Amino acid sequence: MRKAIGALAFLGLLVLLLACLGLMAGSTSIPAASVWAAFFERGTPDAMGAVVREVRLPEVLTAILAGSGLAVGGLLMQAVFRNPLAGPGVLGITSGASLGVAVVVLAQPLWSFLPVSAGMMTTLAALIGALAVLLLIVLADRRLGDAATLLIVGLMVGYFVSAFTSLLQASGEARALKGFVLWGMGSFAGTTLADLPMLAIPVLMAAAVAFTLGKPLNALMLGEQEAAALGVATGRVRLLAIASTGVLAGSITAWCGPIAFLGLAVPHVARALFRTADHRLLLPAVVLLGAALALACDLLLRAFPAMHGVPLNVVTSLLGVPVVLWVLIRGRNWGTRS
Amino acid sequence: MSGEMVLTSVDLAIGHGKVRLAEGLAVQLRAGSLTALLGPNGVGKSTLLNTLAGLQAPLDGQAFVTGSNIHAMPAKERARKIALVSTHRPSVALLTVEALVGLGRHPWTGPWGRFSAADAEAVERAMEQAGVLHLRTRNMEHCSDGERQKVHIARALAQETPLMLLDEPTAFLDLPNRAAIVRLLRENALKAGRAVLFSTHDLQLALDLCDRLLLLRGKDGVWQGTPQEALRSGELQRTFAGAGVQFDAEGTHRFLH
Repeated sequence: MRKAIGALAFLGLLVLLLACLGLMAGSTSIPAASVWAAFFERGTPDAMGAVVREVRLPEVLTAILAGSGLAVGGLLMQAVFRNPLAGPGVLGITSGASLGVAVVVLAQPLWSFLPVSAGMMTTLAALIGALAVLLLIVLADRRLGDAATLLIVGLMVGYFVSAFTSLLQASGEARALKGFVLWGMGSFAGTTLADLPMLAIPVLMAAAVAFTLGKPLNALMLGEQEAAALGVATGRVRLLAIASTGVLAGSITAWCGPIAFLGLAVPHVARALFRTADHRLLLPAVVLLGAALALACDLLLRAFPAMHGVPLNVVTSLLGVPVVLWVLIRGRNWGTRS
Repeated sequence: MSGEMVLTSVDLAIGHGKVRLAEGLAVQLRAGSLTALLGPNGVGKSTLLNTLAGLQAPLDGQAFVTGSNIHAMPAKERARKIALVSTHRPSVALLTVEALVGLGRHPWTGPWGRFSAADAEAVERAMEQAGVLHLRTRNMEHCSDGERQKVHIARALAQETPLMLLDEPTAFLDLPNRAAIVRLLRENALKAGRAVLFSTHDLQLALDLCDRLLLLRGKDGVWQGTPQEALRSGELQRTFAGAGVQFDAEGTHRFLH
């Protein structure tokens, strides 16, 4: 236990370090002293200070929220479905959120009469899309009860939903279309300081709910029946886990685009690093690891001039796919389902 | 048969929805006794165990554990009175034997699952009683089938309940392991004063090592008694009637051509 706390502290420091680097690095690198000055010195900030506070700070905070939120969502899905390959992306949840965003971005006339800001509207639509797909997945899981089939159903739902997104794209107006395509490549740079609460509040609320589920998720590893016999209200735990995953994936997708593989891969890295199946430890571990990984990906894109213009999803996929393959081939950090 | 009554059911009917598997069941289990649940496949042994465990509502009638209605008590309280080892034995990777046995303390710990000294002691005792103390740091995936079953029984022991239900705990095990599991259950029932009920297809083990037999016969309800009574009265023969099996007075069964 002491070793685990040490490892968590180390990861915490790593996140802090990456965040500081994230504030410094970019198309113009800003020295640490100026970053310090931007936050802690009185008076109107200079141009560099403004960049740090208005551009880089929201980006760094968004990366932290998105990385940790998606990782928590992945951990919850893997525990609830007792399936190592479950994650917000694979089960079509992000596709649902994308459809919501597509409706808002590409079919603006449909809702422009409503007195809501575009950011708020996007968040709501993505949440609804994500939760709708989750509902379908839950119903399918009830009927199938088989891990492999469920994944295929998730992929199919994803394709099905994406078809509607394509339809909207085909009929979308050129400027809106460009915006949607760029959004689809994933980015942590789409938020201003004023937008942040719309991302942070749902993510923090859902993560708080997730943190109360550590103990029952451990019991669920034994199977639905055993968990129920141990006194776990399995239906309620399942519902809470699924609802928080929907909120996490929905709000993050709304602001950052459909980020691939982060939610699926981080829990496996956490299990391998901490050598544990205890969700009370895995929850803080994936939060820190997810944040660190997201910050690292973001940093990679900004610190090196050669990487400018490379979409975020390219990096997360290049990192995430090997992890998934490793899980499949090695198969040892996960037991059999039945 | 001096132990106090732990489980009683009154006119219990079990099944799923409109399918009634068995009815009029009057089951009585006393503290300190090991009872084998016998009956042909599909007669509803698992359904009876799940119903008695409170995971499934009865179609009729009631069941009581130490005086409380099993299907009307809070889940956490029920988990402090009834432990269940079902046939489902997932081998979760990265989960050590000790951690799995520790999950048995679930109904006794607070919202974060922190162990008190009493919880740690119960886990220690359970591992010792089930004979898996030497495996404590081993991962479940590296345990044999027999070891895994003992670990799951240890988990149920750690739950410290007056009633323990097991669904085919000896299935898929070799002869020495089957005997070891039933002896373990018998010893624990006696020492800890638990009522233990397990379903099995292992007639010989049931006849030789159990205090009581519970014969489940669908619409004809249940018959309960000692193995000797079951043989002498011909009740065992009747339960497996039509299966082409014959029992002699010693309980040896032969398959008829």
